[in-house]
Amino acid sequence: MNYNVDEKGYYGEFGGAFIPEMLYPNVENLRQQYLKIMAEPSFKKEFDQLLKDYVGRPSPLYFAKRLSEKYNTKVYLKREDLNHTGAHKVNNTIGQILMAKRLGKSRIIAETGAGQHGVATATVCALMGMECIVYMGEIDIARQAPNVARMKMLGAEVRPAKSGSRTLKDATNEAIRDWINNPVDTHYIIGSAIGPHPYPDMVTRFQSIISEEIKWQLKEKEGRENPDYVVACIGGGSNAAGTFYHFLHEKEVGIIAVEAAGLGVDSGESAATSVLGKMGIIHGCKTLLMQTTDGQITEPYSISAGLDYPGVGPMHAHLYKTGRAEFIAVTDDEAMQAGMVLSKLEGIIPAIESSHAFAILETRKFQPEEVVVFNLSGRGDKDLDTYIKYFKL
Amino acid sequence: MNRIHQKLQEDKKILSIYFTAGYPSLNDTVKIIQDLEKNGVDMIEIGLPFSDPLADGPTIQASSTQALKNGMTTALLFQQLKDIRKSVSIPLIVMGYFNPVLQYGVEKFCKECQEIGIDGLILPDLPLDVYQENYETIFKKYGLVNVFLITPQTSDARIRQIDTASDGFIYMVSSASVTGSQDGFGNNQETYFERIADMKLKNPQVVGFGINNSETFLQATKQAKGAIIGSAFIKFLTQHGVDKIGDFVKGIRK
Repeated sequence: MNYNVDEKGYYGEFGGAFIPEMLYPNVENLRQQYLKIMAEPSFKKEFDQLLKDYVGRPSPLYFAKRLSEKYNTKVYLKREDLNHTGAHKVNNTIGQILMAKRLGKSRIIAETGAGQHGVATATVCALMGMECIVYMGEIDIARQAPNVARMKMLGAEVRPAKSGSRTLKDATNEAIRDWINNPVDTHYIIGSAIGPHPYPDMVTRFQSIISEEIKWQLKEKEGRENPDYVVACIGGGSNAAGTFYHFLHEKEVGIIAVEAAGLGVDSGESAATSVLGKMGIIHGCKTLLMQTTDGQITEPYSISAGLDYPGVGPMHAHLYKTGRAEFIAVTDDEAMQAGMVLSKLEGIIPAIESSHAFAILETRKFQPEEVVVFNLSGRGDKDLDTYIKYFKL
Repeated sequence: MNRIHQKLQEDKKILSIYFTAGYPSLNDTVKIIQDLEKNGVDMIEIGLPFSDPLADGPTIQASSTQALKNGMTTALLFQQLKDIRKSVSIPLIVMGYFNPVLQYGVEKFCKECQEIGIDGLILPDLPLDVYQENYETIFKKYGLVNVFLITPQTSDARIRQIDTASDGFIYMVSSASVTGSQDGFGNNQETYFERIADMKLKNPQVVGFGINNSETFLQATKQAKGAIIGSAFIKFLTQHGVDKIGDFVKGIRK
């Protein structure tokens, strides 16, 4: 079984490029160029250098001793929360801004939900001196004020998405419209492993540095490259794609994707796409998505803005369908409690997205000698308000 | 021969109007179609509303959102249209996004279109290669013309490819834009219109996006066979309701 993208842009039956003709020249140009550009020695050199000196990579692989004792298994944390800008998102935006430069683009657009991808995009635009416009749902702008301020300080223009439900999916629609209206000078930096081919594959490759590092770091610590399990939370799925990538074809490595169940999978307020979704088309790709029987895309819910997306990337849909990955849904409450456990036991306040991943330790039992690597995709600073309200701190 | 082919053979410029089914009110669909025909419109695009219409601007998106709130569904639209051919004879095209069609079942969708008397489909996010590989035989089995879009950015080679794959007309998007987002045509459009005319394509071209009055209609159809008006008509319906459709059409074709 192949879990990578095929030459037509599909992962099994998922993927492809379901785009209006207006986007075809840009997406087709990117498709023809992206692998060539990524393979150029000068590109690799610049990308690696920036990841090292600017982002602070490699991010540590940390053996969480107290967490391991509590759950009686060997827990490692991949510390993407220590990256510049506080999450894994910057791995992709560094890659894509270098790509955009080589494609001759001068203007960058992006969508953002919680604001993490928006901040990571605004950051690299400041770094490269490029114009940056970030689309963000009107509702998200109101509830993520610090990130909006960060983007503005970094020189980006934050444009409110006022259509539809005024959240992430609408911000994505607005960014796509902007690209239709500005096809010549603009590159669209998609923040997750979604969108038309080649985006899911390109974003996955930029994020795959996560699993590449896990391999050699684990070799140093445990004497073997492959853990027994890798675990990551999944909304659209970019941190999960990066965490899984180099283990997809390593049969002895179990892959666990943790979705947001919101108030509960059957509550009507959830973002557990693998359970609630059906094959369809969203934002240019065929994948699993939450929709009505009539094919209208529905609004997901999660306490975590980063997991609040009605679809999953096509690679993940394929991993689910083939049974290669185990999907577990975690509720708001379980995630919040897990965030508190990690804070108290390890002195690390995680992003609520990442807290979802840790929450499985309560229910999914691992053996004492098993090595389980969790991707700690982001830090919790941005979520302090939510933690304060939830725990009445 | 399908009604679209017959219409395109007539020695006149085609005026085609788009509206969103279920807007302004849920049951306006049939009246809008009948009034458009009565007032001399040549062809109609019936918009099947979608929650996330990414090639459309704010006007059409807002009408789609309202139509869905009003309760429009694919099954209901087909129900509303089941007797349409008793009163309407101009070509009717369903325009929408691919996901609702996929969920309804592509074959079932096409079959019911044929039963109703729909002549063609415009699905902007169903790409050429996917259509040819998976759906062309189904569309043809049910006598449906599939209409592809081209834009000023579309390369000559791809236009030729689309021309070969088309059997009806080519939807020529007037500029790099979503629907309803510009005012009048400038030199860039003129050059583009001439470039396409010079290619001598086998399919006639019908221009869409940015046509909102008699001037832009005349400009767009100087070289092309016809033009499509969408957002401007939706705005008119929003302001004037469904009782003065004749006034709108007369304003375009003076």
